[in-house]
Amino acid sequence: MKYLCLIRAESAMETMPAAFAAQHFDAYREFAQSIRASGHFVDCNRLLPVDAATTIRVRQGQVSVTDGPYVETKEQLGGYFVIEARDLNEAIQVAARIPGATIGCVELRPIADDARTLSALGLQKSR
Amino acid sequence: MVHPVTRDNSAFKQGEPIGATVDAIYRSDSRRVFATLVRLLGDFDVAEEALHDAFRAALEQWPREGVPANARAWLVSTGRFKAIDAIRRRSRFVALPTELIEGLEGAEIESGAAGEPGGLSAADLERFIFDGHDPSALDAEPVEDDRLRLIFTCCHPALAPDAQIALTLREVCGLTTEEIAHAFLTTAPTLAQRIVRAKAKIRDAKIPYQVPTREALPERLDAVLRVIYLVFNEGYSASSGDLATRHDLSSEAVRLGRLLVELLPEPEAIGLLALMLLHESRHAARTSPSGELILLDAQDRSLWDRGRIAEGSVLVQRALISRRFGPYSLQAAIAAVHAEAPAFASTDWAEVVGLYDVLLRTDPSPVIELNRAVAVAMRDSPEAGLALVETILDRGDLADYHLAHSARADLCRRLGRNTEARRSYQRALDLARQEPERRFLERRLAELPR
Repeated sequence: MKYLCLIRAESAMETMPAAFAAQHFDAYREFAQSIRASGHFVDCNRLLPVDAATTIRVRQGQVSVTDGPYVETKEQLGGYFVIEARDLNEAIQVAARIPGATIGCVELRPIADDARTLSALGLQKSR
Repeated sequence: MVHPVTRDNSAFKQGEPIGATVDAIYRSDSRRVFATLVRLLGDFDVAEEALHDAFRAALEQWPREGVPANARAWLVSTGRFKAIDAIRRRSRFVALPTELIEGLEGAEIESGAAGEPGGLSAADLERFIFDGHDPSALDAEPVEDDRLRLIFTCCHPALAPDAQIALTLREVCGLTTEEIAHAFLTTAPTLAQRIVRAKAKIRDAKIPYQVPTREALPERLDAVLRVIYLVFNEGYSASSGDLATRHDLSSEAVRLGRLLVELLPEPEAIGLLALMLLHESRHAARTSPSGELILLDAQDRSLWDRGRIAEGSVLVQRALISRRFGPYSLQAAIAAVHAEAPAFASTDWAEVVGLYDVLLRTDPSPVIELNRAVAVAMRDSPEAGLALVETILDRGDLADYHLAHSARADLCRRLGRNTEARRSYQRALDLARQEPERRFLERRLAELPR
């Protein structure tokens, strides 16, 4: 089963003191290598800071575009991992080692495991 | 509680041998059978239905064929068979329940874009049902483990705390949603929805049906103990709602505590059971016949349940000897000191204070500090206790906690500082919500010399 780990924190890499950011990035490299070795890794990346976010809504055919993220909270989405885990307990064990969890939090979201969505969309399920 | 024996079968009237036997087995074993069925079928609702089908089958077959030697194993295998049979039948006539469809990877059985309905063979279903399960695990042996799995699943920290409590009472204890709703002063639909949501999360987020690993055990056990203790306190601090039902909650918590100690004799599980038994031992002495609250110092100690005290004290020793004890064992040890004192005045207050010191080091909290202050007042003097209570109150930690103000009031009263006592009793009364506590405070206020 795949889980999306959404990493939220008050400070993004870009706004951290350089030495701390370097250390934090090292921790991420170590974590990523270890979950690749253990077979939990599926995908990951960092998101550019919320300053670069744009929110779009369409109402009655009108596109409205606003600056900023959908929710203004202190802890902003800063990156994600997609992991493969046997069950929630294993996913929690992996997610608890994400460096961002020590300064912010990680939201674990199970990704639908059935073929219905992709087949309904006419897309092959990639396994 | 509602169960299939009395509900579904008219062939057996109460008191008739087989009906009574099935009834008794339902009461003693149905939750064990359920726990195993959850493991085998992988779904709470399918397991619940299978359980009821199994008991229905027992009522039909046992009168003809006799009660099987291992009734529990018979019920498990019958329930499993009935579940597979029901799924097979359903797959032939109607769309499958979504929870099963969702678990079937790659099988395109939804109508519309996803392909033909009913395109799933019974073999696929069986593969799904037994995927990852050991089919030989049907013996009675792992049943106890199944109940432990069920407890840990229901008390999983990924579920909302109130859902953990509701689910544990429903699935482990077998209480009906009406009973649970009644005890927690909420409505049955609200509670049912809470349970449905929790079950959906177990399924969707794939909360596993397992006892946690050794590394995760301490933290996970804490969650289980907290649920049991909350259930106990809900019944013990009886005061609003139906008293009888609420006391049942305490008994249910003690039963859960016993089960946990039997399955997983960890020191803190033993300590919690001891704590509950020692508190329960005072049940009859805690309230007057008219429902008035009686505090420890005024209780008739001859009403205390000596059997529970003896059992609790032995358990406390067992927990403390392990040297891996924690807050529950320490609180139980304090309760044991009280339980063993022939009178309030002859309580070993030095021992009580000493235990509170250890407890504060392991589990610092202002409420424990308050209790320690009251014990210091007994060991040393009311002045010494009052100074400590005032330090806590000045810090603002317990400013809205009625028991902190009533403790202050009580110490002031003993020191003859009546004006201050009156003010603190009044403050406590403003904050107290439970009726017997309010009446107690009103009584104390009225007794103060003008």
